[in-house]
Amino acid sequence: MIPVKFDYTHAETVDEAIKLLQESGGEGKLIAGGHSLLPLMKFRLTEPGVLIDISRIDQLKEVKKEGDRMIVGALMTHNEASKHPLIKEHVPLLADTVRQIGDLQVRNRGTIGGNIAHADPAADLPAAAVVLEAEVIVQGEDGEETMGIDSFIIGPLITMLPENSIVTGISFAIPPAHTKSVYLKYFHPASGYPVIGVAAVAGVGADGNIDYIRVGITGVGDIAFRAESVEQTLLGQKPSKALIQQAAKLAAEEGEMGSDLFASAEYRENLCRVYTERALSSILL
Amino acid sequence: MAIENRKVTVTVNGQERSAEVEPRKLLVHYLRDDLGLTGTHIGCDTSQCGACTITVNGDAVKSCTMLAVQADGAEIMTVEGLGTRNELHPMQQSFWEEHGLQCGYCTPGVMMAMIGLLKENPNPSEEEIREGMEGVICRCTGYQFIVSAVQKAAKIMAEANEKNDQKVAASQLVGEGNL
Repeated sequence: MIPVKFDYTHAETVDEAIKLLQESGGEGKLIAGGHSLLPLMKFRLTEPGVLIDISRIDQLKEVKKEGDRMIVGALMTHNEASKHPLIKEHVPLLADTVRQIGDLQVRNRGTIGGNIAHADPAADLPAAAVVLEAEVIVQGEDGEETMGIDSFIIGPLITMLPENSIVTGISFAIPPAHTKSVYLKYFHPASGYPVIGVAAVAGVGADGNIDYIRVGITGVGDIAFRAESVEQTLLGQKPSKALIQQAAKLAAEEGEMGSDLFASAEYRENLCRVYTERALSSILL
Repeated sequence: MAIENRKVTVTVNGQERSAEVEPRKLLVHYLRDDLGLTGTHIGCDTSQCGACTITVNGDAVKSCTMLAVQADGAEIMTVEGLGTRNELHPMQQSFWEEHGLQCGYCTPGVMMAMIGLLKENPNPSEEEIREGMEGVICRCTGYQFIVSAVQKAAKIMAEANEKNDQKVAASQLVGEGNL
């Protein structure tokens, strides 16, 4: 399969990328690893007139810790992120999640920024992004702005990325040191995409009660969501099997279950319960 | 809009190659059709099966999901770069000895994916090898013999590295006048 003809150019800096986007008159599309974009282009589902390769902008490959947040450059590949010492130490959920994306070849090319900017409803990373209260750092014609993940990804493959802008990095909240985390998914055996993916961070305080809890679910509908009813049921309580079972029943509450070729809405709702229970049990019991 | 070809310079199996290519040309087509390196196979063409796996700057990559223009400046290795008929690479030797293939269609991609895996993790457990193979599909072997082949290759390569390290250490000692 061969994409339709397009022109190709590359940017050495973020400013140059923005300039090239402006010059393309709406025809330009940024490419980093290309593992979301190229398959779509080969199927001719998208036909950008010009590809602007940003993969050589080295400043977008950095990771830095700023206070209680971890700023990950948009061009960091999934494989690099899964092995990065700062990420492993401070946001292990992120390392665990990206390690489960696709396969090694895909993780060698796919990038954190590209994954978020593509906003695939079946992607793994958004589950961790909602749990880690991600903020998307965007550079545009009028400078830099930061958008919460919920106001950035607003639908399947739909983001609020302004015109002629580039995602330069993602900022993740570093959970408290006493917490544990997990990303658990049930993937479609052919594609590897999650039919459901549950990301969770939980901590138990000195009094034996849950004092920190975040649960995010991806893959079951148009968009990843925080399972807030589950969180509210657990917060302040002493962890037990019965409590987790009771909370997990509410896992689908905030989401809209999709129904498609792979799974019915009823089945997905059940998966929400089962995988939330398993994920929480693994870190709380 | 007239679309110009772009100049791409890559090092393929140690040899520098330069060409003017259409931006939409996939790397796998450049390797097969322009350079005649047909050891890299096209299977699914949708970045699932891994038959087209090569290494780009040492990392295993599916060459059906990369444009030739994206590879500009890169070091590429295809299965042809592994060994020669007379001197097989340990990966090839092990696939032969352990029967790591039947029809052979997936084999070049599997070997290159495993070269990429061993670069990440030179001493993988059986489970890690199986996990590392999630990006390749073999419809013949049931994978068991491939796993055995990769285990053997990893062992041979680790031993060779150890010998090499000893040689380097010895030559450094000689250099320092300690031997």
